[in-house]
Amino acid sequence: MPLFKVSIDNITVEVEPGTTILNAARKIGGKIVPPAMCYYSKLKGSGGKCRTCLVKVVRTSASDPRPMPKLVASCSTLVQDGMIVENTISKEVLEARKHVVEFLLINHPLDCPVCDQAGECDLQNLSYEHGVSGSRYEEERRTFERIDIGDLIQLHMNRCILCYRCIYVADQLTDKRVHGILFRGDKAEIGTYIDQVIDNDFSGNVIDVCPVGALTDKTFRFKSRVWFTKPYDAHRECSKCKGKAVLWMSGKEILRVTARKDAYGEVEDFICNTCRFEKKDLDDWTLEGPRNIKHESVISQNLYELIKEPPREPPFKKK
Amino acid sequence: MGIRILTAQMHIEGIQQLDVYRRHGGYEAFRKVLNAMSPPAVLEEVKLSTLRGRGGAGFPTGMKWSFLAKNTGKPAYLICNADESEPGTFKDRYLMEKNPHLLLEGMMISAFALEAATAYIYIRGELFYVHQILERAIGEAYAAGLLGKNILGSGFSLDIHCHPGGGAYICGEETALIESLEGKRGNPRIKPPFPAVSGLWDCPTVVNNVETLAAVPWIIQNGGKAYAAIGVWKSTGTKLMSACGHIRKPGVYEVEMGLPVEEFIYSDEYCGGIRNGNQLKAVVAGGSSVPILPAALILKTAKGEARLITYESLSEGGFESGTMLGSGGFIVMDHTTCIVKNLWNFTRFYHHESCGQCSPCREGTGWMEKVLHRIETGHGKMEDIDLLSDVAKNIEGNTICPLGDAAAWPVRSTIRHFRQEFEDHVNQKRCPFSK
Ligand SMILES: Cc1cc2nc3c(=O)[nH]c(=O)nc-3n(C[C@H](O)[C@H](O)[C@H](O)COP(=O)(O)O)c2cc1C
Ligand code: SF4
Ligand code: FES
Repeated sequence: MPLFKVSIDNITVEVEPGTTILNAARKIGGKIVPPAMCYYSKLKGSGGKCRTCLVKVVRTSASDPRPMPKLVASCSTLVQDGMIVENTISKEVLEARKHVVEFLLINHPLDCPVCDQAGECDLQNLSYEHGVSGSRYEEERRTFERIDIGDLIQLHMNRCILCYRCIYVADQLTDKRVHGILFRGDKAEIGTYIDQVIDNDFSGNVIDVCPVGALTDKTFRFKSRVWFTKPYDAHRECSKCKGKAVLWMSGKEILRVTARKDAYGEVEDFICNTCRFEKKDLDDWTLEGPRNIKHESVISQNLYELIKEPPREPPFKKK
Repeated sequence: MGIRILTAQMHIEGIQQLDVYRRHGGYEAFRKVLNAMSPPAVLEEVKLSTLRGRGGAGFPTGMKWSFLAKNTGKPAYLICNADESEPGTFKDRYLMEKNPHLLLEGMMISAFALEAATAYIYIRGELFYVHQILERAIGEAYAAGLLGKNILGSGFSLDIHCHPGGGAYICGEETALIESLEGKRGNPRIKPPFPAVSGLWDCPTVVNNVETLAAVPWIIQNGGKAYAAIGVWKSTGTKLMSACGHIRKPGVYEVEMGLPVEEFIYSDEYCGGIRNGNQLKAVVAGGSSVPILPAALILKTAKGEARLITYESLSEGGFESGTMLGSGGFIVMDHTTCIVKNLWNFTRFYHHESCGQCSPCREGTGWMEKVLHRIETGHGKMEDIDLLSDVAKNIEGNTICPLGDAAAWPVRSTIRHFRQEFEDHVNQKRCPFSK
């Protein structure tokens, strides 16, 4: 099948039919890629919800030169041959996105100073780039009690943006789903069925897919700000997953283990709970080297190198 | 008195029963279809009638049917949308309660045209007694061989199931309805794909409103041309209007498309004028989601022409000075009504009913409700009025399903036409209508 030509912010790219606008933009890369808070390429059915990825289609296709009547979610709209899309060059898109960010923030607690996700939070990054500094919201914010989902994961529903990613993880990665959305509208919350435990080898991945600090690793809770830790790529032999992870270290101590994430914050390979929660000893792992976090984040400010053993030379040369 | 298509038999004692319905010509259209027509021929008649969907959007029914994916190797389904939950709309309930077999006959003919062997009625959960009426009628139809395998020896088989919802307005949105029917949480799907291609259990599906399907037997008996001859231009046939509010005679009325709104409100045949001889203040013409219009604009368009009950006339002037026919939920307000309080009430509804999937609707509806509550209770600021309008604007068009729009339109239109009343609330630090 011939490739489709699509132009995004005046940059042309050729993609397979069946590609979404967002993925076409990711193929181009850089600043023209719309932000995505709910879409996750590895999770079937994800996307369409947060509306941060809205773009303007000024020409539907070569054969249908009409614009699409409304802004569309780029993560769930397929490209057509000859489509022309505007993202950062459209005032309308930027304006709409600013207000989507506003909607996402009005009920968000803005408790970044005490939130474990700070520094690696998609919502923090999004509001920094696309939001406004003040808030027009004067009403009371929605609040929920904190919930322990078992003894390894904590749910902080106040921070949740209802992206549904964790639901898809529970649905698609774990064999018995006990995790879902309860209630409706702004009363909707993430919940587990009755006993509030997700008892499964892959349940910890809900932490990695969460774009905010709603699902956090209890074994890491308040241990350190992420930007004070040093991430290293490491691997181990594992019978359940590929064993490829990132170790978040302080000195020789492993504070946290996560999956490896790409430039769009998506994990490369999901990891199992054994690797994530139980292997906190350096002897468990083979270190590969420092992890370069590409995502625009304070962590990237913390540039460092893997310490190599210095040459074994005495301090003073023998005369 | 205009022609009656949907309500003609409702005065007949016992019409809910199959034998009575039959004695008055019931199931003759279905028999005609089985004996003498092919599915494409039925579709052709419906196309000729230019019948438009009565669920709110007014989409041409024949065109919708012709979009149904063919030769997919999958079964096709027909779903009757009986979730009717929009404030001010209560016509489907009336129709099903009074004449259940008319709906069933319409569904049988429509399923035949779509070559669907299974059809569902998704009925609003609160309408428990109507559900029972329908179940009884379905039972009678099976017993008479009008449903089931090889109906009346024709080779056509059809099952109809009636499924009650759990009380969510959002399950009236066709894709949320489908999710709910599948046993899932009633969240609207992201479109495309549209149900005609991938609907119930990923199979081609047509979703139609109760009133739409109930018009089909008449179209088959009398011909699509005869139906198209009633009404004005692209608004053909008759429309059920559920009239409520400050009128002398609230109720469900069948009107010929093209009836002047003024006649509908003031004639004794319909609403009978405003209660207690009061002044008409505003009308919401098509269910709570369509833009509200002040008295002057509902009776006459901005160009000074008489406003008619048609899709085109009611939307004349766009949202600046017009509205929509919507579902035909006709809410009339007299001069004693606080328009701000009414809007707060509507907004509270949308806030409560948002499924919560997409951020503009989930967050925006609650925000609007809170601001409206403040203004209504005398705690509003002047800036709140523009803020409200802006929040509504930011929801509109940016959501997964039209519930977001439905929440935004009343807000924007009320501020557009009744700004002074919001300012009065702010200035007087109280609701000027409260005693
Ligand atoms: C929030 C929402 C609620 C709806 N509720 C109903 C309803 O109760 N009944 C209905 O027939 N259509 C309802 N609709 C419209 C349906 O999605 C669909 O368009 C309609 O059932 C199609 O039937 P028609 O073509 O015969 O009008 C609703 C739409 C939305 C967005
Ligand atoms: S617009 Fe509202 S009701 Fe519709 S999908 Fe979005 S949140 Fe749900
Ligand atoms: S990423 Fe597209 S809507 Fe959320």
